[in-house]
Amino acid sequence: MVKRFTTRWTHQYSLVGSLGLGRMDLKFLDFEQPIAELEAKIEELRFVGDDSEISINEEVARLKGKSAALTKSIFSKLGAWQIAQIARHPMRPYTNDYLGYFAPDFQELHGDRMYADDPAIVSGVGRLDGRSVMFIGHQKGRDTKERVRRNYGMPKPEGYRKAQRMMKMAEKFSMPIVTLIDTPGADPGIGAEERGQSEAIAHSLYLMAGLRTPIISVVIGEGGSGGALAIGVGDRLLMLQYAVYSVISPEGCASILWKSAEKAEEAAEAMRITAGSLEDFGFVDEILPEPLGGAHRDPAAAAEVVRNALLHHLEQLDRLDIDQLLEERQRRIAGFGQYKE
Amino acid sequence: MSWFEKLMPSRISTEKRTRSVPEGVWIKCQECDAQLYRTELERNLYVCPKCDYHMRIGARRRLEYFLDPDSQQEIAASLESRDPLRFKDSKKYKDRISQAQKKTGEKDALVAVTGTLHSRPVVACAFEFAFMGGSMGSVVGERFCRAARHSAENKMPLISFSASGGARMQEALFSLLQMAKTSAALAVLGDMRVPYVSVLTDPTTGGVSASLAMLGDVNIAEPKALIGFAGPRVIEQTVGQRLPEGFQRSEFLLDHGTVDMIVDRRELREQVADLLAKFEHRPRPVS
Repeated sequence: MVKRFTTRWTHQYSLVGSLGLGRMDLKFLDFEQPIAELEAKIEELRFVGDDSEISINEEVARLKGKSAALTKSIFSKLGAWQIAQIARHPMRPYTNDYLGYFAPDFQELHGDRMYADDPAIVSGVGRLDGRSVMFIGHQKGRDTKERVRRNYGMPKPEGYRKAQRMMKMAEKFSMPIVTLIDTPGADPGIGAEERGQSEAIAHSLYLMAGLRTPIISVVIGEGGSGGALAIGVGDRLLMLQYAVYSVISPEGCASILWKSAEKAEEAAEAMRITAGSLEDFGFVDEILPEPLGGAHRDPAAAAEVVRNALLHHLEQLDRLDIDQLLEERQRRIAGFGQYKE
Repeated sequence: MSWFEKLMPSRISTEKRTRSVPEGVWIKCQECDAQLYRTELERNLYVCPKCDYHMRIGARRRLEYFLDPDSQQEIAASLESRDPLRFKDSKKYKDRISQAQKKTGEKDALVAVTGTLHSRPVVACAFEFAFMGGSMGSVVGERFCRAARHSAENKMPLISFSASGGARMQEALFSLLQMAKTSAALAVLGDMRVPYVSVLTDPTTGGVSASLAMLGDVNIAEPKALIGFAGPRVIEQTVGQRLPEGFQRSEFLLDHGTVDMIVDRRELREQVADLLAKFEHRPRPVS
């Protein structure tokens, strides 16, 4: 009990710490520089404040309006590579942030019962609008120390085996499963290979295909290849507006096919990694709109959108009996792919 | 290629060739440098008679070595890629496909057939590594699933021979999702209690390793095959050190509990046939 409160408190604290320091600390991306400059001006004017003779409030309001318009215009024509930058934004809300907002009584459950607990995957039980739900999500770190501890959100086999354990538990207690996807990929290290990374991922895919409980996945940030898919097979796939999902990172693809990681922008475009493209291909059931400037500008609002979408889709899936649900899931999965006879 | 084949226009030539093994009368073993006579090597299923090194072989040859003679019938042979993304890097994906088709004589990187193994009807499929690194796109995924479905519907055991670098980047998410699709097909097969034997051959990595190749009731590896999730170069870059000798080789996987057994190519037929017979409560098949 005590521990839970402690973690909750740190969690709140980290949000305040990262988001409460004013707009200057929003860590603007390259293509946001014009916005950053405007925001800097606004901040300067605020500093000048009341002791100046001219009325500054009007000017601040004008610049704020301009900044919002500029943000809107820049964000209305983002390329795939820019969207990938937003998906990887260091202040983007992560699984624990979302859980803090919409499942405040979340209890984290640890360990695969075989080898270790993998902090790159967070899992446990919570309530969503009063109903019990099994949550499983990748978790990146907010600061350097946590990033290292969570291995940048790259799970090892024990992470996937923990997820499998949670999924079976969810099935046993008739709880729907919600997975939040946000990983650069599965860990490509020596230990992961020794403990059977391939088998762990393959087995997750196998398990999710036949699990007798609803599964909804939301890509909240980076959907990195097999490491993402391993908790992403189910009845619904939702994507945040500025999330990406791809078979290999744009950098990886570029260095293999273009022989240069600098062609990542081209690779990102070619692989159609954005929510919009993936919806066109029929992979994504719903795109969840983000606050202006991205989820990190207003995490609470982003969480509210995710929460409502989850409730909506859970309610839809509730209407199916389990056999129907599985039949539809199998049909859905079998339909992946395009070929000619 | 013989002088006669050279004279024949390629359209008339019907023999499908795989180039996994260099052409010529004499072949040098990559492992022990021995000069080997081609016919002798063929008789030995492309295993070096001097050092037992298992050379890579193409899908057709693989199936021919494994199944009873003249028993094969192809499954979903007509499937072809549609290039859903109209993908282009330094080259168009379409061109890469037609190049690979010309080079291998295959439509895509997986060949699936029904056949008999010591007279027991089975379904078998094999990856063609020479076709874009045996990469798995929509066609490979669909073919594998049809093979699995045929296997489930007719209660015929499924055997797959993997040799693949992983998912096919040019089909982006389409190819990633083939991992889910093939695994789901195997889950259905598993529910029907039809045996699935996965034979991992050199090399099996990435998305193929992290889906269908690891899901056998029994996973068998050929000796010294490279098998892993991440490729060795990626791991070396990540951890910043040279990998130890034998890392990600079959023997390493056996030690770490990932594969059930390592079987010499020349004994595969007998070993798999006997395994299946035990699962199906039949006496040992006579060769």
